Amino acid sequence: MSHAHEAPLAAWSDAGWFGFLRQTSAVAEADIRKLLHDPMELLTRMVQPVLWLAIFGQVFSRTRAIPTGGLRYLDFMTPGVLAQSVLFGAIFYGISLIWERDLGIVHKFLVSPTPRAALVLGRAASSMARSLCQMTLVYLLAFLLGVQLRFGIGAFAGVAAAVMLGSAIFSTFSLIAACIVKSRERFMGIGQVLTMPLFFASNAIYPLSMMPGWLRSIAVVNPLTYQVDALRALMIQGGTSMFGLRIDFAAQLFAFAVLVAIATKLYPKIIT
Amino acid sequence: MTSVSSELHPSASKVSAAVQTLELTRKFEDLVAVDHLSFSTASGSIFGLLGPNGAGKSTLIKMLTTLLPPSGGTALVAGFDVVRQPREVRRRIGYVSQMLSADGDLTGYENLLISAKLYGIRRPERTQRIAQALEFMELTQAAGKVVRHYSGGMIRRLEIAQSMLHRPAILFLDEPTVGLDPVAKQAVWHRIQALRGEFDTTIFMTTHDMEEADQLCDVVAFMHSGRLLAQGPPADLKARLGPDASLGDVFIHYAGASIAEEGEWTNVARTRSTARRLE
Ligand SMILES: Nc1ncnc2c1ncn2[C@@H]1O[C@H](COP(=O)(O)OP(=O)(O)OP(=O)(O)O)[C@@H](O)[C@H]1O
Ligand SMILES: [Mg+2]
Repeated sequence: MSHAHEAPLAAWSDAGWFGFLRQTSAVAEADIRKLLHDPMELLTRMVQPVLWLAIFGQVFSRTRAIPTGGLRYLDFMTPGVLAQSVLFGAIFYGISLIWERDLGIVHKFLVSPTPRAALVLGRAASSMARSLCQMTLVYLLAFLLGVQLRFGIGAFAGVAAAVMLGSAIFSTFSLIAACIVKSRERFMGIGQVLTMPLFFASNAIYPLSMMPGWLRSIAVVNPLTYQVDALRALMIQGGTSMFGLRIDFAAQLFAFAVLVAIATKLYPKIIT
Repeated sequence: MTSVSSELHPSASKVSAAVQTLELTRKFEDLVAVDHLSFSTASGSIFGLLGPNGAGKSTLIKMLTTLLPPSGGTALVAGFDVVRQPREVRRRIGYVSQMLSADGDLTGYENLLISAKLYGIRRPERTQRIAQALEFMELTQAAGKVVRHYSGGMIRRLEIAQSMLHRPAILFLDEPTVGLDPVAKQAVWHRIQALRGEFDTTIFMTTHDMEEADQLCDVVAFMHSGRLLAQGPPADLKARLGPDASLGDVFIHYAGASIAEEGEWTNVARTRSTARRLE
């Protein structure tokens, strides 16, 4: 028997569910370690929520034209701003895949026995970790501005879950876009074209009831709407969910599952 | 037909081939980058693939490493089919691409750590192999530095170390010394030879460097327009042309006239930017 046909390791520890989880976390770890070397990127993400809450929110609080279901407008929009900051952070995430493809780093992951689904989920996991930093910032800011926040383990855990799920959804969506367009320039174009419609066709800064019919029918298939709906109930005193938390989370989980399935199929095509 | 497929079956042949292809083909629209290639390489050898820019060398390696699906034909790598058993192939091969595969934003140690985890290598084995790899590649001192600050030679040695952590039976190196100075080049050659000595690794490499092919490879093959034109030990190929022929002469004999038209812009750009990044 020659060496070439023997397994180089006695037993494959990359197999099975635990192997899958370890590989997924290794993919996420690579990204998180990079972030720790250079945390500047996280800081730049903190500018936008500050602008929205401290300026837009303050001004619109005076109009009282938006039916918020009894909430102050600033309280109403805070979950929307959190969801938005997560969306904007995640939606350009795919460009790192194109960047790493151009360098040749993606190839190293693809020749390893890591299942493609683990490559996709690992990236989603690192995006989730980033979103928790954004959540912390928005809480801090909201607290300083006197937003009527709910405190408590249950509220925090629920908000964290919704935020992470939202981040996973839009980062995976972004990964799919990257695998399709394949070039940095086209990707930036698409990202810019998509973010604003995703944001405005949602209940982030005004309720569904204010929208014209056509916009509402887009908003109800927009995962962002369900994220904001859940956040409003979980994060704000007196906030309520329109669809119910169960539907909010089910809709988001469904969207995530579909996106992961598509991304897993497309991921190897990034290099061809 | 039946005899060929039984030849391709790993258990059917006593002499084990590291790589064995049959009519392996890859097209990009109208362009046939790899053209019905049937060849095999013996395990335990250092195999060098030579040929002008655009000959199809990288495309061939990408198919053998499961990165690119073939348009037709079959390939067995370490006895497994690249299309039907990709995961088995991946467990048994290492690959260092023509581009950079080390992550410039991580340290040398972190690059090795992530690779080890992707291959499911657990502690304490992992700690030990990483330390050993760093020492073997003479990178222990630089392990904590971010790879962006490494020299081209250090990056190449790190990448080879990364691709060897899981002790692959076959290591694919696509232009391992492109853009390196002569000293760095020598260091990489020595490490490649040492790998074969220590782990019995089969090396499958491409190069444009005739001296490298001559010194390092047991067997070389000339590729041109997606086909293999000749294969054999460097000494044999040179002897075919005449008593004083160099490997460069052999290259020109097989690829000579058409080199000028073949270098497509994207290829040139790709190779040059690799070389620049490695500087
Ligand atoms: N993804 C791709 N899409 C379209 N054409 C491609 C692609 N990859 C390679 N080619 C073409 O296939 C041919 C073979 O390319 P390949 O990179 O395999 O050559 P090579 O022998 O490695 O060249 P070099 O020595 O410059 O690295 C070239 O004509 C190249 O332009
Ligand atoms: Mg090449």
